[in-house]
Amino acid sequence: MSPVSGRNRKQKGANALKLGMYFRRHWQLYALLILPISYFLLFKYGPMYGVIIAFKDFNFFQGINGSKWIGFDAFREVFAMKDFYKTLRNTLMLNFLDLLLSFPAPLILAIMLYELKSVWFKKLSQTILYIPHFISWVIIGGIVYQVFGTQSGMINNIVTSLGFDAIPFLTDKNDWLLTYLLVGVWQSAGWGTIIYLAALTGINKELFEAAEVDGAGRLRKIWSITLPSLKPTIVTLLIINLGNMIAIGFERPYIIGNTAVREYSDVLSTFVYRIGIESGQYTLATVVGLFQAVVGLVFVLGANYASKKLADQSIL
Amino acid sequence: MRERHASRTFDVINAIAILFFVLICLAPFLHIIAISLSSARAIMTGEVSLIPVDLNWNAYKQVFSDMSMIRSLGFTVMLTLLFTLLCMLMTIAAAYPLAKTGLKGRKPLMFIIVITMFFSGGIIPEYMLVRNLHLLDTVWALVLPGLISPFYLIILITFFQNIPDSLEESAQIDGSSYIRTLVSIIIPLSLPVIATLSLFYAVGRWNGFTDTLMYITSPEMYPLQLKLYQLVQNNMVSELMQMEGASGQSMLQPESLKAASVIFATVPILIVYPWLQRYFVNGVMIGAVKG
Repeated sequence: MSPVSGRNRKQKGANALKLGMYFRRHWQLYALLILPISYFLLFKYGPMYGVIIAFKDFNFFQGINGSKWIGFDAFREVFAMKDFYKTLRNTLMLNFLDLLLSFPAPLILAIMLYELKSVWFKKLSQTILYIPHFISWVIIGGIVYQVFGTQSGMINNIVTSLGFDAIPFLTDKNDWLLTYLLVGVWQSAGWGTIIYLAALTGINKELFEAAEVDGAGRLRKIWSITLPSLKPTIVTLLIINLGNMIAIGFERPYIIGNTAVREYSDVLSTFVYRIGIESGQYTLATVVGLFQAVVGLVFVLGANYASKKLADQSIL
Repeated sequence: MRERHASRTFDVINAIAILFFVLICLAPFLHIIAISLSSARAIMTGEVSLIPVDLNWNAYKQVFSDMSMIRSLGFTVMLTLLFTLLCMLMTIAAAYPLAKTGLKGRKPLMFIIVITMFFSGGIIPEYMLVRNLHLLDTVWALVLPGLISPFYLIILITFFQNIPDSLEESAQIDGSSYIRTLVSIIIPLSLPVIATLSLFYAVGRWNGFTDTLMYITSPEMYPLQLKLYQLVQNNMVSELMQMEGASGQSMLQPESLKAASVIFATVPILIVYPWLQRYFVNGVMIGAVKG
């Protein structure tokens, strides 16, 4: 044995001893981590392993491991499904329209709130405008049926009393699209103002005073001081939104949607639920979910890259 | 002078517009309250908008006399408390060691956690896991899969890291172990952020619907959201509500019953709303300042 390896061994022994002492001193910290890390491994990485269902002809009797490998057959089947493209299109369409409507709404609302002079009125307005954020989609769904219903909905009561025909907000796909978007704005606009209002607290008030001396009106000040100071926030939020274009919540389209408007309301998340949990085509549903997760990851990483380049800050 | 006048006009228009938005925000709630308090006849003829017509409490009497509704409320309260308690215990247990930058193995552990924020197996593999663990149709299916939110964990880690080391060191010189330091020094110092995160978890559980739809099948285990969903979706309300009492009540328009049930499920959230608002705004601020 050469002296070098002997020293190495001694070194290793010393290191192991050090490590052992380290653990003995700090074992409680690792003991605290046992359950949380087990949680992540079981409930987060377990399903990631379960993704191999996408490559297997899954059935319950043989289980995940016992089922036969089928390679990319299920992917071919999914990519040949009309409904897959329909739900993909709807996902992108609903997200894009949301971006047009629900993205600017909180920005405008935040600027308006910021311009309010009366403190109590501002506080009261904020308190009320935040409420919808805390209401579950199930409850919102219940409210939507009462407000937008064709027979005795609040809006249609007004519409018909003015002598017009009732508008089928929930059963005509184009009208439903409007309903879906309006409900989104109603639910998210108030809460969305918080991040802008937080950014606005950082504005130097002297800028406004200086602009006033120069004779700038209110709108001019908003345009030249308030908006530019929000630009980094706007850009960051916009990029995050673009990164989430393929991700779509399950509850909003599922609860507000119905079979009459499925042409537009069926999105990737509801599609996965429908073919997977409801129809038991687990392999196909897993493929769709995996597709969504992978494309979503690419989008988010792309958005982060864009954010680094454009806004010089990482959103991750 | 003219500019001041224009500025004044701006203020008035702005305030009126905000008032308009506030009313739009409230109108659906007022409408549903009005529906819940109105007679079947008035609802059918479309007379009810924001003010109840033929004021009566029948719908509420019916909701409160429906044992399945009360049981569902009780179950949801129990579920939310259990979930929030376990979530906080787990999140604190994870955050305390991970807040120590010198901890050996911290980097790979953080990596394991952060990855789950960007990639997940999807709902079908999650469903399979819950099924294979024999958790389907048990309360644990609604508790275990969501125990730690990586986002909230990171908020708590950041908070722990901002507690001055000197406080902890002085305790350790006195011979206090890590776990004792955590319990007797760190947690008492972190009560505001712990309250905030507890509310995050609690509201998420209270409002959660997707997992209840996937994992719960027996009606006696329906949390409030699932029960309400079935009620609102299902037009056979009278059957679901296990009508009791006089036959006169079966004349009640189900719309008012649905509306009363919606209010029934909304009120608990409105009761905690003052705290929600205060803590949530703080929570978002923490996130915003960090980001």
